[in-house]
Amino acid sequence: MTVAALELDGVRKNFGLTEIIRGVDLAIEKGERHAIIGPNGAGKSTLFHLISGKYDKTEGRIRLNGEDVTDLPPYEINRRGLSRSFQITNIFPRLSVFENIRCGLLWSQQYRYCFWKLVDNQRDLNDRAMAVLEEIGLADRAETPAGVLTYAEQRGLEIGITIAGGAGVIMLDEPTAGMSHSETEQAVELIRRVTVGKTLVMVEHDMGVVFNLADRISVLVYGEIIATDTPANIRANKAVQEAYLGVTDDAVEGVA
Amino acid sequence: MVELVIFSLLNGLVTGLLLFMLSSGLTLIFSMMGVLNFAHASFYMLGAYFAYTISQYVGFWPGLIIAPLLVGLVGALIERYGLRYVHRWGHVAELIFTFGLAFLIEEIVQFFWGKATKDYSEPELLHFPLFTLYGQNFPAYKVFMILISVAIFVGLFTVLSRSRVGLIIQAAITHPHTVANLGHNVPLVFMGVFGVGSALAGLAGVIAGPALGTFPGMAFVLGSIVFVVVVVGGLGSLTGAFVASLLIGWLQTFAISLDWSVSDLLLAIGVSFDADHALRDLWTLSLPQIAPILPYILLILILIFRPTGLMGKRET
Amino acid sequence: MSTATPLGLALADRRLPGGQIGLWLGALVIVLLLPLLFNSPVAVTIMNQMGISIVFALSYNMLLGQGGMLSFGHAVFFGLGGFMAMHVINIIEFEELYIPLPVVPFIGGLFGMGFAIIVGSFSTRRAGTVFAMISLGVGELVAACSIIFVAFFGGEEGISGDRTMGPPVFGYEFLTEIEVYYLTAVVVFVTALLMYLFSRTPAGRMANAVRDNDERAEFVGYSQRMVRFISFVASGFFAGAAGGLFAINYEILTEENLNLVTSGGVLLMAYIGGIGFFIGPIVGAILLTLLQTVLSNHTELWQLYVGILFVLTVMYVPRGLTGLIMMHGIAFKTRRLGLLIVPYLKVGMPLAVALFGFVTLLEAGHVANAGIVGHTEFHWLGTVFDIGNMGIWALGLVCLLAGGYGTWHQSSQVREAWHAANDMTAGEGTS
Repeated sequence: MTVAALELDGVRKNFGLTEIIRGVDLAIEKGERHAIIGPNGAGKSTLFHLISGKYDKTEGRIRLNGEDVTDLPPYEINRRGLSRSFQITNIFPRLSVFENIRCGLLWSQQYRYCFWKLVDNQRDLNDRAMAVLEEIGLADRAETPAGVLTYAEQRGLEIGITIAGGAGVIMLDEPTAGMSHSETEQAVELIRRVTVGKTLVMVEHDMGVVFNLADRISVLVYGEIIATDTPANIRANKAVQEAYLGVTDDAVEGVA
Repeated sequence: MVELVIFSLLNGLVTGLLLFMLSSGLTLIFSMMGVLNFAHASFYMLGAYFAYTISQYVGFWPGLIIAPLLVGLVGALIERYGLRYVHRWGHVAELIFTFGLAFLIEEIVQFFWGKATKDYSEPELLHFPLFTLYGQNFPAYKVFMILISVAIFVGLFTVLSRSRVGLIIQAAITHPHTVANLGHNVPLVFMGVFGVGSALAGLAGVIAGPALGTFPGMAFVLGSIVFVVVVVGGLGSLTGAFVASLLIGWLQTFAISLDWSVSDLLLAIGVSFDADHALRDLWTLSLPQIAPILPYILLILILIFRPTGLMGKRET
Repeated sequence: MSTATPLGLALADRRLPGGQIGLWLGALVIVLLLPLLFNSPVAVTIMNQMGISIVFALSYNMLLGQGGMLSFGHAVFFGLGGFMAMHVINIIEFEELYIPLPVVPFIGGLFGMGFAIIVGSFSTRRAGTVFAMISLGVGELVAACSIIFVAFFGGEEGISGDRTMGPPVFGYEFLTEIEVYYLTAVVVFVTALLMYLFSRTPAGRMANAVRDNDERAEFVGYSQRMVRFISFVASGFFAGAAGGLFAINYEILTEENLNLVTSGGVLLMAYIGGIGFFIGPIVGAILLTLLQTVLSNHTELWQLYVGILFVLTVMYVPRGLTGLIMMHGIAFKTRRLGLLIVPYLKVGMPLAVALFGFVTLLEAGHVANAGIVGHTEFHWLGTVFDIGNMGIWALGLVCLLAGGYGTWHQSSQVREAWHAANDMTAGEGTS
């Protein structure tokens, strides 16, 4: 029996008296592409914040590759191989595109808080950063300040920063939000490419993207996971249709 | 001892209420705009100088009304044409702007009134000891200061809790964006609050000028302390500002009047010390000596252990 | 705006900062040759002061410009480093300890660094207002303590010493200003280079990242607090070294060197120079030292002018003087700088007239306000002005109003020319 890449055990989160996450159990296998879907306000982003260490957990344990990371701060969790993106673009706006990616690489390349090596002299580091830029299609924008990129480019950069460090578990929060149809297609291809051999957890509203990419899907409704299964089974699941989609079989076929 | 306690209580009350007159405006401004106005004490200084000049022509009493109004006008104009413009560069730029303003106002005051302390004194009418206790006089002017401060707060609280504008301001303190979305003219409210806050500081200057001296460094002396009050009380909390004002007012007056020192303490527990030792300054340290630094120690402790301040809800 | 390309250079080839090595060597040569050009004792003293300010302002910008930490108490580290250096100089003299003078600034630096470790351990948890307030509190605290702890700070008089009693370095005993200049110049060059190199290390790059977005930095493996702490401690070292240079130059330190006024002064320097550029604080330090030393000889109002300059900078030129120059980069590269010359002259002339009127009115007003009997004159542009003459006031007012109107009138032309010169869609430049 292999250790799950990410394992949630009875995770709860209260904001004041309001329960936002009401006991989530989830195990995501290594190499799996896992999508979390659910209606607005179901707690998807909150769940992401809990896993990645942005929020403190009220109850429950979270294990990353078998190691308990429940009470660790975000940077400690990241160092253990979990990297995430944000729903609202979260980049370093005054740094160049290249620098953004390089910042994503520094820790994983063992530079830590080093203040005696010059980054510009680290050939391997810079080559890796350039390779990531090629991968996300922003090589020709390398010297542009990230803050002036177009929205779609910033979304690409967001993914680039997330994957740069080579973390084994990648979490993407609505990577295609606000993108046009063609941009979404490119983004899906990009995500598929950069997560080969890795574990992917994503929140996504676009059912096309979800059913296209995911190996398994979890449906989160009012802070609880009501089903975790393969796309085909989720599509056929009556409870999911009622509780989340609230529509008939045909309509689900339609969006998918 | 009783005499000392009573007079310290009274003097601390005067200082504390004066601090609150400044910190209340500063807190209102911070709550709404997110700007800690470094120049707030400069408005206090302007109040004193304006009132001084007015008193040269028509006496003390008209200045009590006119000077704060003028300071309020200056404040509103600075908000409208300075701060609002700088807002686009972000909060740090705003803080730096108000810092520059404090610097500039001090220079402007020196330009018009010179470097020397001005002979701005209390009106003849109040120039008598109100009562004598244990052979020590308590001046009527200090009681007047207390009364004016209390009257202002009663007025302020009434406006804030009863009037429509007050309700909008209260709402804007906690939910500035919502208030704007409800269609209220938030920029106008900002300008108004900034103006009123400045006017309050100006009034504090008018009544403090005769008691504490009217000189170009007066803003500097009080400015940092007012900051301490606002942060210790909790950014954005009027009640907190009130409590912290009195706390710091009393902390300082008691520290000055209680002549306890480390050496007394050491003698009391039977330890003697070497008068030539390198640490002699530490052994001879006395409470009045460290009185000026007590507020800052309090500030640092609060920021480390309770960054929201005594009564504040938000950490900046 | 980004410090990603300090000195405003595009880093096309990352591995070979050859152009930059050239720049630094050029700077070193200029610094070493300067005394040949300006060799009067006054000039050398001013240049020494500039050197001290440059190191101090650069160290300040490690916080504000590089790390996004607004400090109102940076003089604490400068002052403590200076006091320690002063004590070391005295120990060298009286205990006959064999420490060469050029080492003293670095001892001051270590002391500043030590104190920065203490303060930084609790102040770097957050940036923004909380950091600013803690820095203010610590600044006031140390300034107040300096009056109380006489043994270390010397009370109101401060402490003084004699730098020349140490062992000679290559035969120099640092008796003259010019010898001190070379010592200062070398220390300034070394510390400036170190600060620049720091900004190019992983810790320095992450300081920029944390400044831009502290939350994101935590999700790429870095603790924002640790990143700030490292910058803070490094900054404390260089501020202390600047204090050490001050001790060597002036041989006295007082409370004034670590109080809020000095802390505010370094903020002014860095901001007016431009906090977004490595050379910004250098520009600011040179300019403000000039104002402080030269302008103050000509007018008592110099601090008023500095205040006005500062407030105008914060309002209209948030990127500082360096930013103002760097703005012309695009026009320069596309060879369209020429388009701007005529409009600049057209707006510059009325602006100069307005400025003349403004200064005349201020100076006249200053003399009038002072109200000293028999003192009714002031010097300005090599001319003696008498405020008894009403014409002076009229001239000032007319110049201010006419110049102001002219400037406003011409400003639209500058705006148009600016758009033309920076329009990326237009064809190649005309020149």
